[in-house]
Amino acid sequence: MGGRVIVVTSGKGGVGKTTSTANLAVALAKSGKKVVAIDADIGLRNLDVVMGLENRVVYNFIDVIEKRARLNQALVRDKRVENNLFLLPAAQTRTKDAVTPEQMAELCEQLRPDFDFVLLDCPAGIEGGFRNAAAGADEALVVTTPEIPAVRDADRIIGMLESMGKSPIRLIINRFRPIMVEDGDMLAKEDILDVLSIKLIGIVPEDDSVIRSANRGEPLTFTQTSPAAQAYSNIAGRIQGLDVPWLQLDAGRSNGIFTSLKKWFGF
Amino acid sequence: MDFLKRWFGGSSGGSAQEANKRLKFILIHDRTDISPQLLENLRKEMIAVLTKYMEIDESKIEMDLDQDQDQEKRTVALIANIPVLRIKRGGGDLARDGHEDRDSVPAGPAAPERTHTQNGPSGRGRRHR
Repeated sequence: MGGRVIVVTSGKGGVGKTTSTANLAVALAKSGKKVVAIDADIGLRNLDVVMGLENRVVYNFIDVIEKRARLNQALVRDKRVENNLFLLPAAQTRTKDAVTPEQMAELCEQLRPDFDFVLLDCPAGIEGGFRNAAAGADEALVVTTPEIPAVRDADRIIGMLESMGKSPIRLIINRFRPIMVEDGDMLAKEDILDVLSIKLIGIVPEDDSVIRSANRGEPLTFTQTSPAAQAYSNIAGRIQGLDVPWLQLDAGRSNGIFTSLKKWFGF
Repeated sequence: MDFLKRWFGGSSGGSAQEANKRLKFILIHDRTDISPQLLENLRKEMIAVLTKYMEIDESKIEMDLDQDQDQEKRTVALIANIPVLRIKRGGGDLARDGHEDRDSVPAGPAAPERTHTQNGPSGRGRRHR
């Protein structure tokens, strides 16, 4: 047995790597898999906060690498999910050069035997932080939003992942807005796939509940009702090899007087 | 039905199309690290070489980098569409600073026959009288 080590990356900052890592970790754990989520963003850690575990952080993985703590002292167990979900936090007071890619790869190998999934929340950028986070990973999930800068950066990061031999590399399109796409004001999934040329594993719609869930430190996939939560659960299913049907993301759910009038007039 | 949309402040629409074009252009250049300036220089030099051998319609040249349709590789091709008006006789003879003089007899090896013009590779050449 050996777990799958997956890096969640993007190039561009702020597109949803941490949100995706947290939600996918919870979704995978809820489906019975043993998951550890590693916050690889040294110095700007946020996975702990998004998962709502910030009060439980004592040691971080740099403490482990520098032998001030054992691995099981640094791992934070998420009590909301049976015995399946753990967080390995980053140091907040160090910088990205505190570890080497080799050390990170070694850390992943230490975790692999005990977990079904090792998820790495990668920092933004293409330099040392990214290289550290990706070093120990076999596979990659690339997160982008339907905007030129994000897709452009995703393209660069995919190139780097390919040259590092990561496989498979799958795409998550985040913050998708069906109404804007329908109105021709947002890049559609075909446009993005056309240029990035990697397989799509999921589309997550723009959803206010993402913000509320971060406010509370409760990843969406605990409750599974909002569209984004559903999307993340579906992605977790596809990661496990299930053939999950795609969400119907159309513009039907808009509100506003124009749509009501439209309906009233019968078109 | 569209007028209703405009009344109620519907979207302008269409910006996605522009985004798409810009994105493709940006990525092709990002991937190959070729600046627009370099492309322009390349274009000028190519025109200079081509006009040694043929008369071309410079105003209608289309030249750009395009993505290889093979999704497996991230390669880029330079695609050029160059309308050819005439193939010059004795192509390659530089004695007369490249300017076209169809009645002259080239000093070099035997000139091609004075027949009607062939169309150039692009298939867009015109026959000359």
